[in-house]
Amino acid sequence: MTLALYVPRASVVHRLPAGVKLLALAALAVLLFARPTLTVAGAALLGTMAVGLGVARLPVAVLARQALAVRWWLAALFVVHALTTDVPTGTHTVLRLLTLVLAAAVVTATTRVTEMTAVVQRICGPLRLVGVRPERVGLAITMALRFIPVLIERADRIRAAQAARGGSPRGVRALRTTVAPLLVQVLQMAHDVSEALDARGADDVPVRRSRRV
Amino acid sequence: MRFRRPGAAPADADVADPGRGIELRGVGHRYGDRVVLAGIDLRLTEPRIGVIGANGSGKSTFARLLNGLVVPTGGQVIVDGLDTRTQVRAVRRRVGFVFQDPDAQIVHPTVAEDVGYGLENQGVPPDERAARVAEVLARYGLAGHADHPAHLLSGGQKQLLAIAGVLVMRPARVVFDEPTTLLDLVNARRVAELIAGLEQQVVVVTHQLDLLDGFDRVLVVDGGRVVEDAPPGPAVAAYRTLMAGR
Amino acid sequence: MDRAREETDVKTRDLAYIALFAAITAVLGTLPAIAVGPVPITAQTLGVMLAGSVLGARRGFLAVLLFLVLVAVGLPLLSGGRGGLAPFAGASAGYLFSWPVAAFVIGWLTERSWHRYTVLRGTLINVVGGIVVIYAVGVPVLKAVAGLAWDDALWTGAAVFIPGDLVKAFVAAAIADVVRRSYPVIERPRRAAATR
Repeated sequence: MTLALYVPRASVVHRLPAGVKLLALAALAVLLFARPTLTVAGAALLGTMAVGLGVARLPVAVLARQALAVRWWLAALFVVHALTTDVPTGTHTVLRLLTLVLAAAVVTATTRVTEMTAVVQRICGPLRLVGVRPERVGLAITMALRFIPVLIERADRIRAAQAARGGSPRGVRALRTTVAPLLVQVLQMAHDVSEALDARGADDVPVRRSRRV
Repeated sequence: MRFRRPGAAPADADVADPGRGIELRGVGHRYGDRVVLAGIDLRLTEPRIGVIGANGSGKSTFARLLNGLVVPTGGQVIVDGLDTRTQVRAVRRRVGFVFQDPDAQIVHPTVAEDVGYGLENQGVPPDERAARVAEVLARYGLAGHADHPAHLLSGGQKQLLAIAGVLVMRPARVVFDEPTTLLDLVNARRVAELIAGLEQQVVVVTHQLDLLDGFDRVLVVDGGRVVEDAPPGPAVAAYRTLMAGR
Repeated sequence: MDRAREETDVKTRDLAYIALFAAITAVLGTLPAIAVGPVPITAQTLGVMLAGSVLGARRGFLAVLLFLVLVAVGLPLLSGGRGGLAPFAGASAGYLFSWPVAAFVIGWLTERSWHRYTVLRGTLINVVGGIVVIYAVGVPVLKAVAGLAWDDALWTGAAVFIPGDLVKAFVAAAIADVVRRSYPVIERPRRAAATR
């Protein structure tokens, strides 16, 4: 199961530190809302496409997929604006949103999940003061990524077991005979995993004041 | 909630007395109203100790007492002079724990990362960590798999990986909770040989009685109590008699 | 529960539960949407409701927050395979940010009615947290970002989804009720976790 939106390429955009890219994205958002004109939105959109397709050499399909995901939204927005305010406002609102969606997609496609996770851990650094340990955030991410395929596999197994006994229950009965048992199973699994982590010293980190997470 | 008591020493400074072994003093444990273990007084110093008993006899809880995964509701467990109630981190560094199901134990994406996890927790510097991981992987025949996705290993390899992830931490004692139950005969034999070759003190909870060949001492747990404490021969015989009467 | 036991027993376990419900919310997003008329109903907010009603306020909140972090770092876990930072920039960003709050409110209410929990009560709780809270945050953000009038925002951003949400509120309560009786997490009796 491929579980990432990252597109490997040797480009300047790819090599930029993840933190810089995130800052740039935030700056773009501020600019677009501070200067709500058609020119700014149009230029930003062209710039984003140039960076994404030209510099980072991402396949058109990668950006198109994100744009297509919001197409009905943008179309509806445009129609509503055209009817209630005016066409230029509609155009510029749509361009602005499309630009942000595409710029975010460029950052995502040029940055590895591990780099992003590292940034998340760094951002969490100051949270030490309120008792959050960044390593624990990293561990939670690792566990969640581990659990996703396990959940899919367990769900398939329960479905197969039900089918083997000739049943494919529907409605509320299915919830009680399939989904709830699955949840109980995986809660027990999560408990086992946490016990095994503790046995290897998961909470063996010198702590002065932290209380939670 | 975690508050270090003022004046309590950090885990590294706890002074262990390796000669003392694992002592259980008047240990009992209950979950709510249900008593799972009661009246246990033992001192475990032999290099190879087995624990056998029926399902639900309390042996799994017994195993978890030995490294502080479970703190007894009554009495004390003292490992090399360290109380599992108050010095649990130091105890866990001394006593490794291998679980029945390696899938619950492996969380990291690749073999090398998973083996290195415990060392990371101990604050071992990256260079030394890498060296120790490589050494352990080589010793258990996983050297070629360092960057392999851990979950694509076979069942037997996963259990070896789980064991490697514990031994890399160099514990003085290792507790195994039914380490061969989920394995086929060939892999069960490999794990048995591995256990036999360890220099550490080993406590094995198991249903597979042939795993206990050559052990020094075997405890039979039944109804939350240790009902037999003898060398493997007599202990296994007593266990068979006990089970035949059910 | 004495201090030492709690110190070693609760925290990593809670972290595992949090990770688990982040993963559950992710997997629910991969289920195909059921079209009710022109509106696609996805199962993802079912995960939000379950996180709150099974784990309680604090852990439920953190589980959904973790899910959003996973989305933000570039995993295509939102329904329809969306992911990365793009969804947080779009007009529906308000809904995403409302989810952890929704899980918290559901968890808080569930904790308070833990001993009187029924499917009906749970459904009501899920409606308050999973519908009222989500739209109270989502619709104004939609209105602001998309520059819509209130009635348009309410219609396109809330009304059409509510029938599906009502079904999910009931489904989540029915599941949570079974889990509450067979593996209570919010108020754990000292269970025999280690003696299987």
